[in-house]
Amino acid sequence: MIVTIALHELRRMFLSPLAWTILAVVQLILAFLFLGHIEYFQQVQSQLLGMDNPPGLTEIVVAPLLGNAAIVLLLVVPLVSMRLVSEERRNKTLSLLFSAPISMTEIVLGKYLGLVAFLYILLALIALMPLALLLGGSLDFGMLAAGLLGLMLLLAGFAAVGLFMSTLTQHQTVAAVATFGMLLLFWILDWAGEGLAGAGVLGQLSLLNHYEPFLKGVFDTADLAYHLLFAATFLTFAVRRLDMDRLGG
Amino acid sequence: MSGEILVQVDGVSRRYGDIEAVKHVSFSLRQGEVLGFLGPNGAGKTTCMQMLTGNLAPSEGCIAIAGHDLLDDPKPAKRAIGYLPEQPPVYRDLTVDEYLRYCAALRVIPRARRAAACEAAKQKCTLTDVGRRLIGNLSKGYQQRVGLAQAILHLPPVIVLDEPTAGLDPIQIREMRGLIRALGRDHGVILSTHILPEVQASCDRVQIIHNGELVLSDDIAGLSRRMQSSVLLLGLRRPPALAALQAIAGVTAIEAADDGRLRVFYEAGNDPSEALTRQAHVHDWGLYELSPQHATLEDLFVKLTAADAATAAPP
Repeated sequence: MIVTIALHELRRMFLSPLAWTILAVVQLILAFLFLGHIEYFQQVQSQLLGMDNPPGLTEIVVAPLLGNAAIVLLLVVPLVSMRLVSEERRNKTLSLLFSAPISMTEIVLGKYLGLVAFLYILLALIALMPLALLLGGSLDFGMLAAGLLGLMLLLAGFAAVGLFMSTLTQHQTVAAVATFGMLLLFWILDWAGEGLAGAGVLGQLSLLNHYEPFLKGVFDTADLAYHLLFAATFLTFAVRRLDMDRLGG
Repeated sequence: MSGEILVQVDGVSRRYGDIEAVKHVSFSLRQGEVLGFLGPNGAGKTTCMQMLTGNLAPSEGCIAIAGHDLLDDPKPAKRAIGYLPEQPPVYRDLTVDEYLRYCAALRVIPRARRAAACEAAKQKCTLTDVGRRLIGNLSKGYQQRVGLAQAILHLPPVIVLDEPTAGLDPIQIREMRGLIRALGRDHGVILSTHILPEVQASCDRVQIIHNGELVLSDDIAGLSRRMQSSVLLLGLRRPPALAALQAIAGVTAIEAADDGRLRVFYEAGNDPSEALTRQAHVHDWGLYELSPQHATLEDLFVKLTAADAATAAPP
């Protein structure tokens, strides 16, 4: 049942030009940045030769690329997630799901997985760029895998926030703005906290702090747990919110 | 009317904040029965429908569908329901076929039977020609039929239709009524409407809801009886003295209507129409109209809620 809803969501996403536009624009921007990083690598290549333990292609090109990708996706995810529930609420199609023999959790998970599947397609396209480097060089696959895993976890969190925000309103733009605001807030939490009393706690909650280790090739179960909890929290909120539709008045 | 009980509603209330939209409503529906929910706008019809289909949780009371409690055991209960809300829940960017296939999956129809179920539903709702068209490009009438196809796709024992004829043209309304009657043979159907002839045309039983309370629950014959008031509208070109009319057997009172016609009140069961025509002929009164006056839905509401109105009216 969850898979049915997920596939339906994925299909409907590709029925609208929005999904295709997003794929194209993200790819274009990241390709531009990717070329920039390669250019830089070529400039510093001669200096690297003189170093004892020089950073490789992966550290100079791939890690910054994935770092950029995170920022671009932070802007893009709200645009994809905004319509998930709010559009159904507005068009009154939610009652189709509510009167079908499906639980609220299945509805939320179905929609969530549909969105995550789309984002992972996007991620696969992004991953093709570093992989293209194999044509003329070699990569540190462990580091690349850690970076991609980090981005996957990050996107899972982004998607959960987006889905939750979409359950709150029937206006897609409101959902998009709220998602973007929330994500940005979590991204910059540790900046604001500097010098304050609760800085340590805020730093712990920041998305960025739990993404950067992956880019350095460090896989920490604490980071993994953070991302999974982050996504699970917002999915629970989303289920509760939809339940409120039935119970509240 | 001896089918098994499909829907059992017990003392259900629903509050929105301080407003009590539905108050202690109880009723049941049997197989092979079409139950009409009649009421003016804002009476609580849609709230009732939404509670029956699990879109809203009742504040009080319980609902059982095909023997399963809707709150404790929602999945089997919901499997027994087909629901067409006021606005058909269709995705405008899908074709009719795609949409029905998705609904079939949502309604857990086994994969092998899905195509056949979709075909059958399309046939019943005369959608076979538009299967490959986008729902968003179809007219309102067709969208309504797609919504209905979705509701009957899995052959549920209970079909709940919220204002199924809203926005249809007269021919489509007739088709829809025929379809509802046909569905009523095998399924239990609950339909809500604010149009009286609709209930008379397609229902076996009627419930009138007013301000969230059930004020009447009766079969269709009983409703017709209640609708018949003992008033005749009489048009005479050369009316005699009122006393001459009063003398006719059965007549209790005569009242002049605004346009020169007369309103003749008579004892129930003692219709003076025949005597009136005979007299009019004999005395050459120039009879040009004699018609029984049917109470309108509003009259009926007024009658049924008169007690409320009397107590609520300012002195």
